[in-house]
Amino acid sequence: MTAQEERLCGLLLQEHFGEVVEKVGTHLLCNGNLNLRALVHETKLPLDLVKKSVCVLVQQGMCTFCTGRRGPGAPVEYQICGEKVLHMLRYPRYIYTAKSLYGDTGELIVEEILQRGQMTMSNTVSTVADRLTHNMPEGQCMDYSEVVTAFSRLVETHFLQRSAPMTPAGSSTSGGADSNPPSVTEPIQPETNPDCYKLPYINISGKGKRTRSDDGDAEQSTAKKAKTDNSESGDEGIYWQVNFERFHLHFRDQAIISAVASKLDQTSSEIVRTMLRMSEVTTPANAAFTQALSANEIFRSLPSTYNIARPILDQYLTLLVDDPVCLHIYSQIHATSFLMTVCVHLCSLVGLCHYLAMLCVRFGSRSARIFRLLLRKRHLEQKQVEDFAMVPAKEAKDMLYKLLSENLVQLQEIPKTPDHAPSRTFYLYTVNQLPTARLLLQHCYKTVGNLIERRLYETKENKQTSEKSMIITKIGISCSTTGRSPLSYTKVCVWSTCPKTLQVFVCSLHLVKLMSVNNCIDNCNRVLFSHGSSNARACRLK
Amino acid sequence: MAGRGRGQLTFSVEIIGIGKGENLPPSCIQPTPVYPPLEQKPVPLQTGEEAEYMLALKQEFRGAMRTLPFYIRPTAPKKDVERYSDKYQKIETSDILEWKPDWRRFPKELRVRETRPSKDKGPAVPKKVKGPRVDKVEIMRKLETLEQKEKEGSSDEEEAEKKKPEEEEADGEEVYDEEEFEDETDYAMSYFDNGEEFGGDSDDNMDEAVY
Repeated sequence: MTAQEERLCGLLLQEHFGEVVEKVGTHLLCNGNLNLRALVHETKLPLDLVKKSVCVLVQQGMCTFCTGRRGPGAPVEYQICGEKVLHMLRYPRYIYTAKSLYGDTGELIVEEILQRGQMTMSNTVSTVADRLTHNMPEGQCMDYSEVVTAFSRLVETHFLQRSAPMTPAGSSTSGGADSNPPSVTEPIQPETNPDCYKLPYINISGKGKRTRSDDGDAEQSTAKKAKTDNSESGDEGIYWQVNFERFHLHFRDQAIISAVASKLDQTSSEIVRTMLRMSEVTTPANAAFTQALSANEIFRSLPSTYNIARPILDQYLTLLVDDPVCLHIYSQIHATSFLMTVCVHLCSLVGLCHYLAMLCVRFGSRSARIFRLLLRKRHLEQKQVEDFAMVPAKEAKDMLYKLLSENLVQLQEIPKTPDHAPSRTFYLYTVNQLPTARLLLQHCYKTVGNLIERRLYETKENKQTSEKSMIITKIGISCSTTGRSPLSYTKVCVWSTCPKTLQVFVCSLHLVKLMSVNNCIDNCNRVLFSHGSSNARACRLK
Repeated sequence: MAGRGRGQLTFSVEIIGIGKGENLPPSCIQPTPVYPPLEQKPVPLQTGEEAEYMLALKQEFRGAMRTLPFYIRPTAPKKDVERYSDKYQKIETSDILEWKPDWRRFPKELRVRETRPSKDKGPAVPKKVKGPRVDKVEIMRKLETLEQKEKEGSSDEEEAEKKKPEEEEADGEEVYDEEEFEDETDYAMSYFDNGEEFGGDSDDNMDEAVY
């Protein structure tokens, strides 16, 4: 975890869980595994607060704990996962994705679970149904069964998963099973659980309730009934969490589809979409290729609305297979079936496009041209760069040096003789993809951190004026509702002078802008990160 | 190339692409500016329904997180004087922080705090709630025992009266035992003895070491 990432994690924790959790979290991030005692001692916070904040972190799935790492009987040690903290940047995108796939119900389910870290199914269903009912017009209400179906669909497509069950302390105290006490209990990955995507049977029925303050005893009694129902719904201890990996895979698939659409055409992108969708649940998350599919299978699962005839599909498939740059779809003739796999490393291509675009924005298109040239030719001398890029020598030199000083381009020395004399040395410019991607990713983290800090600063600076304007609008509302003479309102309005209101407006505009930049950068961030990780995986495979 | 490292470079500059007549860029002494000038104009922000909805979601989510029990507020710094109104304010905050994790999924050591705050922070109100229940049971028992005693007659009462002093005596003995126990564990006397002896020894040692 780099310094920039740590800073950003701290800011995010502070924004979502308050200062105390931020302090504990950053301390854990900086120091790795720590036990409670050390944590309390080093953060100099009250014991209760530290315990609470560790609880919050564990509940949100950001903190894991393991016992007995330093021999049996050692205290429980806590470890924070920085990556999970950084996922908080992307929460709106997850929620939005759920909305686009499964409608408002899906959106609320994912939102609730993200807010609480992990929830039982019955709890989620009742909360979501209540919220939906609250938003519906009077007289209508949401049925639990509808929410249950949305929930089960999210689970079927692996967007939700069970959180890892707890084996360590609980089983040993109950006795019986502890014939050989577990020496080291590491946190368990949720995927190792065979029931990871299995829905429990819950007996929950009814409808969402409206929360109203003016209702009498009847409402309260039903609420009580619901509470007792919840406690007997049959899925206690089975908690669900959001499967971030699955969401990232979905984002990657979307990127591939849009890349195909812009490179070839809409129809072929639909075909690729179908192929990806068919294998999305069956392919493991970190596989290089999707599962093999036969052309027949693809044809059968194409939605009928596309109206693609079988021969045309074959033509499209051969087109996709033949295209060398765009898509690595490999075909093999296996006995009779024609198997297709989509190379998901395509993602790296998308990532490449991304950072070329970034370069374009920052250094101009000609620098980007030099960069692309270096990417294609691997190693080039300065003279060659000038020639190939068709840029005047002086400008090319400037750009190259600038890229070099920003660490986007590397310089490699290859001496002809062992004395390393400069006159007898080749100076080759290269682009090293993975470090460059990492560098850009760090830049992104830094930018997001700066944005958050700037936003905090702006809110602090303009706190007084914005509060004042809020009070004034409140008074205005109360005046209009009570029907008091508008004279008093105008008197109040005199307080807020013209420049003040302008200031408030500008400030709020700033804040909104900062937020949206945040979202944009996150988009970029995600692509770079997945690019980096897929590349790293590829390296490991080699 | 005689003056090695004195203002001149150790190699011909032409090899890295700087011509004979060109000047090298001046060396930089100042730190780079905090906000360097932008050479290219930044791209406009994303607009559209998706971006706006996402923005609204983000703001809403942040707002919602503040109201959830996971948002932990630091303890307020202690004021100069303890006020009567303080305890009522504390009760309000403890209501907000109500959140019961499933303790099967958390290490046990984190749990201790669950019992403590209820004892420390909210002493007045819970007791009042619990009070009447306990009283009722006790009253019922007392009444029952009284009824029995009335039925059995006055002789039992005398016995009971005899028993009471006995119990008191037993209590007194227990207290005495505790005091004895404390005396036994008090090692103040022996400590002082040892200290003197030890000090003398060390002084001797010091002298030896010096000479």
